[in-house]
Amino acid sequence: MTADTLNPAKAGLRAWLTTDTPASRGHARVVQAYLGWLSLTRNPLALLGLAILVVLIAVSALAPWIAPHDPLAQELTNRLQPPGSPGHLFGTDELGRDILSRIIHGASITLYIVTLVAVTAPVVGLVIGSLAGYIGGWTDTVLMRLTDIFLAFPRLVLALAFVAALGPGIENAVLAIAITSWPPYARLARAETLTVRHQDYISAIRLQGASATRIITGHVMPLCLSSVIVRVTLDMAGIILTAAGLGFLGLGAQPPIPEWGAMISSGRKFLLDQWWVATMPGLAIFIVSLGFNLLGDGLRDILDPRSGQ
Amino acid sequence: MLLSPRFLRSVLKTMATIAVTFIGLLFITFIIGRVMPIDPALSVVGDKASEEIYQAARKAMGLDQPLYIQFFYYISDVFRGDLGTSLLTARPVAEDIIRVFPATLELATIATIFGIIFGVPMGVVAAVNKGRWPDQVVRVLGLFGYSMPVFWLGLIGLLVFYGVLGWVGGPGRLDIFFEDVVPNITGVILIDSLIAGDFEIFGNALSHIILPAAVLGYYSIAYISRMTRSFMLEQLSQEYITTARVKGISEFQVIWRHALGNVMVPLITVIALSYAQLLEGSVLTETVFAWPGLGFYITAGLLSADMNAVLGGTLVVGGVFVGLNLLSDLLYRLVDPRAR
Repeated sequence: MTADTLNPAKAGLRAWLTTDTPASRGHARVVQAYLGWLSLTRNPLALLGLAILVVLIAVSALAPWIAPHDPLAQELTNRLQPPGSPGHLFGTDELGRDILSRIIHGASITLYIVTLVAVTAPVVGLVIGSLAGYIGGWTDTVLMRLTDIFLAFPRLVLALAFVAALGPGIENAVLAIAITSWPPYARLARAETLTVRHQDYISAIRLQGASATRIITGHVMPLCLSSVIVRVTLDMAGIILTAAGLGFLGLGAQPPIPEWGAMISSGRKFLLDQWWVATMPGLAIFIVSLGFNLLGDGLRDILDPRSGQ
Repeated sequence: MLLSPRFLRSVLKTMATIAVTFIGLLFITFIIGRVMPIDPALSVVGDKASEEIYQAARKAMGLDQPLYIQFFYYISDVFRGDLGTSLLTARPVAEDIIRVFPATLELATIATIFGIIFGVPMGVVAAVNKGRWPDQVVRVLGLFGYSMPVFWLGLIGLLVFYGVLGWVGGPGRLDIFFEDVVPNITGVILIDSLIAGDFEIFGNALSHIILPAAVLGYYSIAYISRMTRSFMLEQLSQEYITTARVKGISEFQVIWRHALGNVMVPLITVIALSYAQLLEGSVLTETVFAWPGLGFYITAGLLSADMNAVLGGTLVVGGVFVGLNLLSDLLYRLVDPRAR
């Protein structure tokens, strides 16, 4: 006797969620999402990744309430205090600012950068890739050649050159990262489009008189979406690392904004004597990137079983 | 047989693609140089110059010409090896890059050697023990590599192995009193010191390169081991492996000779790609370790708004990237008869 059979309402809900014969389109989506969730829960590492991500979002949303100190408040009499000193769990930096509070507030900056890149680069890539794949011919050649040119640059170096031209700052860093990260999505979307382009159901809607725009946006792009989502999640870690690298070089967020990469950069001067100033924000970057990587691996197994090994 | 017409045609096609890509690289660096808010003519004459001098400078730099003509000038300059003059060193950027490039080459090569020596066996062991603990260990090491900022790992490495344990040399390529002692022949200190027969300097250079190369090599290990693992899994499921086992060949021979032998071909591509990626990683690593290579040159140029240096460096990195891709493609075609 399981708990479900004891509770008919719960058993009914479970049956509704796992049915083979959904009653509507919405129902089918809910069933699919639930089944995806079930296989995610069978992968403890992916769940850990999800938990890290949830904590990141919670911390950045609640930063003003959970941070013990003002992240910008300087206390010069309390400079470079080691971790565990009274009131400063992670110690203080060269201006006496509480490192824990700065890391907590830095979470929202990381989240801001990642979100902005994640909503721009994949969309651009998706549009370019599905256009190239669906239309083919010269459009395909030109768009893919353009993609290859962008792929020919190492991402960080190209982003550096863009930021150098645009000037330092968070927005320009986001723009530079987005400009350098759309090409893989374009390739992916093109490959997916090529596999669905000549399927019968696409021909069927074309015969019904659907325009190219309608076919691409309504029928081709949604099919590319799951592989693009997996790729986005796996790319998040790379985006975080690139953003932190730009911050470290002084090209991302400007002082006194508590961006993690910039915090490592300022802690570098005291590395040998006050190790915690550079170490703590680095740990934060590491944990958040690891979370995205774990979740991305898990999502890949669920959404794209072909590539899982 | 080796140079069949079909093979030659595919090589020519690759060359044409590379040429188009390279022109594209030039176009991108050109655009970056033109969209930047700093007026190049103004930065030469200074903001106190009169209007006539300013206009004369614009004219002399070709900035009064239409953009496509400027682009044409830019291309012809680059093909003559003229990347402009660096504001920071007041020398031609091309000369500067030739001077700093061997340091990056040295670092990336040692790092790639780390990547091959550790990455390939780790990938093989992980594939053979798929799902068991060695596989998990390799996977976790790889995940850590993909999640750790390279500059942070470099700093932690400096803190532990230089600051606390004192096992390795600190930042830079040599201790200060060894600088400029051996004659500069190749620009690669490890080779130059051997040519000069100075083993003390060789040892010192080795103690300085080992940490940055290991840090950079870690990323190479993560990538190479992951790819080796997936190639090996593919090979181990093939029928010729079963045949070899049935014939009674030892498991060691089957894995390390038969399977790994066939994996070597795709691995060449992976190793070339990882070498190219190390160029990117070297930008941050060189900054952390004050390693006077191309990455350090680019970041120094960035911090002093030296656009010629930044764009010249970017172009060279992009060019090397394209070149390595071409090289791996050609090697692949030469080694794998099916690709010919």
